[in-house]
Amino acid sequence: MAIHELKINGNRQSVDVDDDTPLLWVLRDEMNLVGTKYGCGIGQCGACTVHIDGVATRSCLTTVSSIGDKAITTIEGLSADGKHPLQEAWKSCDVPQCGYCQSGQIMTAAAYLEKNPNPSSDEIRQAMHGNICRCGSYNSIQKAVETAAKS
Amino acid sequence: MPSTPKNTISRRSFFKTSALASGGILIGISFLNSCAPSTEVPVDIADITFNDFNAFIRISNDGKITIFSPNPEIGQGVKTTLPMLIAEELDVAWDNVFVEQGKLDVDNFQNQFAGGSNGVRMAWLPLREAGATARMMLMQAAANRWGVEVGECSTSEGIITNAKGEKLGYGEVVLEAAKLEAPTEISLKDPADFKIIGQEIGNVDVEKIAQGKPLFGLDFKREGMVYAVVMRPPAFGQTLVDFDDSETRTVSGVLDVIRFEDKIAVVGKNTWSAMKGKRKLKANWSEASPAESSEGHDQALFALLDGSQFETMRMDGDVKTAFAEADQVIERTYESPFLPHNCMEPMNFFADVTADKVDLVGPIQTPKGTAYEIAEALGRDMSTVNMDMTRMGGGFGRRLYGDFAMEAAQISNLAKKPVKVVYTREDDMTAGMYRPAVKYRIAASIKDGAITGYHLKEAAVNGNMYSLIPNFFPAGSIDNYQVDVASFDSNITTAAWRAPYTNFHAVAEQSFFDEVANALNQDPVQLRLDLINKAKGTLDPLRTYDPDRLIGVINLVTEKSDWGKKKEGVFQGFASYYCHNTHVAEVAEVVMRDGKPFVQKVTCAVDCGVVVNPLGAMNQVQGGIIDGIGHAMFGEFGFENGRPTTDNFHAYNLIRMNDTPQVDVHFVKNDIAPTGLGEPSLPPVGAAVANAIHAATGVRVSKIPFAKNMNPEVLA
Ligand code: FES
Ligand code: FES
Repeated sequence: MAIHELKINGNRQSVDVDDDTPLLWVLRDEMNLVGTKYGCGIGQCGACTVHIDGVATRSCLTTVSSIGDKAITTIEGLSADGKHPLQEAWKSCDVPQCGYCQSGQIMTAAAYLEKNPNPSSDEIRQAMHGNICRCGSYNSIQKAVETAAKS
Repeated sequence: MPSTPKNTISRRSFFKTSALASGGILIGISFLNSCAPSTEVPVDIADITFNDFNAFIRISNDGKITIFSPNPEIGQGVKTTLPMLIAEELDVAWDNVFVEQGKLDVDNFQNQFAGGSNGVRMAWLPLREAGATARMMLMQAAANRWGVEVGECSTSEGIITNAKGEKLGYGEVVLEAAKLEAPTEISLKDPADFKIIGQEIGNVDVEKIAQGKPLFGLDFKREGMVYAVVMRPPAFGQTLVDFDDSETRTVSGVLDVIRFEDKIAVVGKNTWSAMKGKRKLKANWSEASPAESSEGHDQALFALLDGSQFETMRMDGDVKTAFAEADQVIERTYESPFLPHNCMEPMNFFADVTADKVDLVGPIQTPKGTAYEIAEALGRDMSTVNMDMTRMGGGFGRRLYGDFAMEAAQISNLAKKPVKVVYTREDDMTAGMYRPAVKYRIAASIKDGAITGYHLKEAAVNGNMYSLIPNFFPAGSIDNYQVDVASFDSNITTAAWRAPYTNFHAVAEQSFFDEVANALNQDPVQLRLDLINKAKGTLDPLRTYDPDRLIGVINLVTEKSDWGKKKEGVFQGFASYYCHNTHVAEVAEVVMRDGKPFVQKVTCAVDCGVVVNPLGAMNQVQGGIIDGIGHAMFGEFGFENGRPTTDNFHAYNLIRMNDTPQVDVHFVKNDIAPTGLGEPSLPPVGAAVANAIHAATGVRVSKIPFAKNMNPEVLA
């Protein structure tokens, strides 16, 4: 066990866990930030996506000791009021089915739109390809990302 | 305002109201009995106790409405859709309606269950009657206050108005309403007057989902809770001999290692320590029953298809003679492997078992049955068991089985602590409960250009077919018709999986008719229509589908998909099917992408009666289609030495964004009572895709996963 200082959603927080603990479990079990989801633990599904210094990152494969001073943003910190253009589009397009994969989808899309604010439909489909939605809400995800990009 | 047929409240559905100490009124509704025959004698409403109810409406004196949604939410949308039914007849603005998930309450709710596409179907009448009853009582209370006849009053959006134009809000009369007897006669709205039913109403949890608020079982926490990750026998048929936990106990955060049955629970102070601890466990297993393999399953199922050990489910005419006299016989075998459910949220459950109570919280499709099983296993009285349901990160049938909740209760009971059991993805994929492997062999006899005989044989692991299926299309359309089933008993656990029984039957049957149409040089759609029209002329008491409604969806989908109007490089495939009381027809469009068939679009027509919430309905149908395509194209799962060959998403392909077609959904408009939507779009789509692949490549793909079995030589 060791103390790790983390910058999460603009706050500095310290946590006492083993060095090899994935950020995912630090967020969920220690920080009570359960919006970041566990789906596979091996980087295949994207449910655990957070931003580290703005880059969409699989928190299940990111050990707590590897983060250092970098800024972590989770779904809870994506916007102060839940009104990020993607969150708004998610509501207007009624995207969720079970909802479990959705925070990871939003975080992947948010980082992508920062890099490419005017993507084509094909580019969106490629960018979102790494995030699994078992419920098959892909048509609505695509629509919501397109909607957010336009707003 | 509402003035359609008077409904006398009979035993089919009933209500009880009571004043709330906190102010306001509570109305209980029962809708389990809505499925019972309606011939029962009407009962005196005064005799009914709250034991008979399964949903509640609370109207507070500020006019706010809370509807307790009794059914578990697995992504099928009932938490949004069912309250819409109440709100419609109560005549309130949807914005004033709050929806809360009811907890398992065997005293007050009945039929808390998600499965079989039943939510809306069973609730359609009773929940509307409940809303209408409450509305009548509120109007009566207002009429009494004004000293006028109730007939002079009307309502709109929670406001009662009399002939003089005076107004009272529901909240203002709610206390008086609570003292009134519930009316014995109520009237339901004319569908033309619906204001909420048929509107696009967003998912009531979308705000929380989009902000990552705790909702799911895995998100639930309780003070003092510890985490358990369980080692189960790695192969089916094994039992635990002994184990060495010395290394596990050195992992920081590991609190305990507990054996129960043939399993070992590693209890940790957080999820990660429990997961790590499990990796360090060493266990010895012995074989209690023989280890099975996919090769063995294939041999066994083919032996059944080739043999004569069948149970005949339906037999019309004489198939043998028809085949003996045929000009041509068409035959094909269709194969599907075992498939895991792979809910996005892995199985998990919370249990706190203490000396005097059992507290259970988690994602479960069968809260009542599971709570009873746990009470029985622990030797507890049901009155000491509490079950709270969380939102579920998918169900697909897996969460009908409470094995993971039982584990949580067993471990908590032994650890004497509140415990959350967490499955890793590997646990989730390998612990059992699969869609059974199944093979169909279908043959048709052709004479003088017509189908004279049809013989379908099913061979499935642990059985599959359900007694209604042999009476689906094409029963009654072909004079000599037979359906036979055979089962291979396996030690691998099998389970319901979205659209159980029909999910592969539809693929086989609807692929087969495409092949028959080709052989007869007929349009595949016209072939179906001719067969259905033939059934229409007969009176078959066993027939489950409605020929006119099936024809209706076929006509709608051919129109909307531009069926048969060839576009260069675009190849269409058609399928239609009836299951879970809903009629569906689909056209898949395949193009060649990088030399391989790619499904770019699916057009779907659905007749599910009234569409209560078009947004939710669209999500369900799109989801079912994408799920169906994903598993038909990529579903690959098997066993070697009793062990699953795949355990996570690096090797198990779920459909992803770029493999997904655009799905275009059209609903038949009618006023028929609504039927299920969670499942019916899934079964036929595999056939629509297989038929489109054939149109594009000339290859008949009949084995899941299609992507692997499309025969690369032909495609090259
Ligand atoms: S949980 Fe991290 S990618 Fe699946
Ligand atoms: S909405 Fe259920 S997994 Fe995506």
